[in-house]
Amino acid sequence: MISHPVGIVGYGACVPKYRIKADEIARVWGEEPERIKKGLGILEKSVPDVDEDAATLAVEAARNALAFAGIDPASIGAVYVGSESHPYAVKPTATIVAEAIGATPNLTAADLEFACKAGTAAIQICMGMAASGMIRYGLAIGSDTSQGRPGDALEYTASAGAAAFIIGRDKAEFVAEIEETFSFTTDTPDFWRKQHAEFPSHGGRFTGTPAYFRHIMGATQGLFEKTNTRANDYDYFVFHQPNGKFPLEAAKKMGIDPEKVKPGLFTPVIGNTYSGASPIGLCGVLDIAKPGQRILVTSFGSGAGSDAFSIRVAEGIVEKRQAYRGWRLADYIANKEYVDYGVYAKHRRKLKSL
Amino acid sequence: MPSENLAITWRRIPERYRLAGSYCENCKTSYFPNRKLCPKCRRKGRLASKQFSGRGRIYSFTEVSAGPAGFELETPYLLAIVELEEGPRLTAQIVGATEKDAKIGDEVEMVFRRIMEDSPEGLIHYGYKFRLAKRCAPK
Repeated sequence: MISHPVGIVGYGACVPKYRIKADEIARVWGEEPERIKKGLGILEKSVPDVDEDAATLAVEAARNALAFAGIDPASIGAVYVGSESHPYAVKPTATIVAEAIGATPNLTAADLEFACKAGTAAIQICMGMAASGMIRYGLAIGSDTSQGRPGDALEYTASAGAAAFIIGRDKAEFVAEIEETFSFTTDTPDFWRKQHAEFPSHGGRFTGTPAYFRHIMGATQGLFEKTNTRANDYDYFVFHQPNGKFPLEAAKKMGIDPEKVKPGLFTPVIGNTYSGASPIGLCGVLDIAKPGQRILVTSFGSGAGSDAFSIRVAEGIVEKRQAYRGWRLADYIANKEYVDYGVYAKHRRKLKSL
Repeated sequence: MPSENLAITWRRIPERYRLAGSYCENCKTSYFPNRKLCPKCRRKGRLASKQFSGRGRIYSFTEVSAGPAGFELETPYLLAIVELEEGPRLTAQIVGATEKDAKIGDEVEMVFRRIMEDSPEGLIHYGYKFRLAKRCAPK
């Protein structure tokens, strides 16, 4: 049980402008594009600009969340940034973000890493700190500019994006209350990257059943039991989305209507934004959900674990959505420019002579 | 690769990260970058810190097709004089746009980007750049 109500006071996303089509990647590697697009459920993915990284995307998402919340940045007591592509191995992204939004110096901050679920781990930490009264507001961010080895299946999906949530404890300010959370964690070696390795290694098909599906379902069903709810009690489901197919398959396995998953499924058009993935899905759903509706979000991070959240949309969302003038997820998705594989290789610094 | 003294970088972080400038309470003039003294009021000036909104217009711009060392991957890029809505003008890159997309007078908004990196193992310098504002972003 959560000891004091906690909820989302503001949220914001950020997706880079550039896109590369799955057809273009398939062309370079001599793959059959239709097989790839159908097999992975992906049309295109986002590509960061040469001057964007996990810190810059996190800052932009955080600024959007602050504008949405309409709070004084100096009242933020904690900043946690989850990513597997922090620009520095040692030097926190969270300090860069805190400084850029004007939250410094009276706050605590740290970086988190748990493959694709570090952003939801940040939300849980902020929930605990807000519920206990340690902080008034916490800023939780999932942000990544993920890398796939050239020619690897991951290259079709590994993309860039971020989402930020301001977690608070005053019910009157909530745009959505986080009613409960449940996590499911094991040591499952499905995907990893060592300190100085440029690209991750993964277990291919092993990343499916024992990794993604076991943890997503373990956390989701654990949350159902903990809250005494079932699939019909929720209006939307957001699952981690490493490709366009896994979330729909997970829904099918749990008897969830796929139509409740599609509104929060953005991988087909922006790719897998790793730590940003399920948080961006939640942003997209919060942009359309009505007060009183319930959202179940379950992240997944390789290694492996899942965090599930039961979220109820609050009345306050209507007014804040109307007042918000900044970029919304739909704006980022619509504002795009395609690049070919050569430009993409330059943006992602895949050319070793550069 | 150009690199600047760490203390100077550190001192300029509030300006570069979030457009923190100054304002003279005596003559009501906004300044960016920060000033310690109001050049109009001299010793009568009362300078306070001011947070700029990040919104402005393109006062003038050019396309840089021979960028300096450290900007090879970004060249060609747009470099503009941006007039902030509070008054001061500054020089900054315009991202996500080419010469064809931008024109003088376009509304722009501040974005937070990497400016440069001292070396592969060196410090990353972050700071403000601008992009065409949402209303006139190319579709």
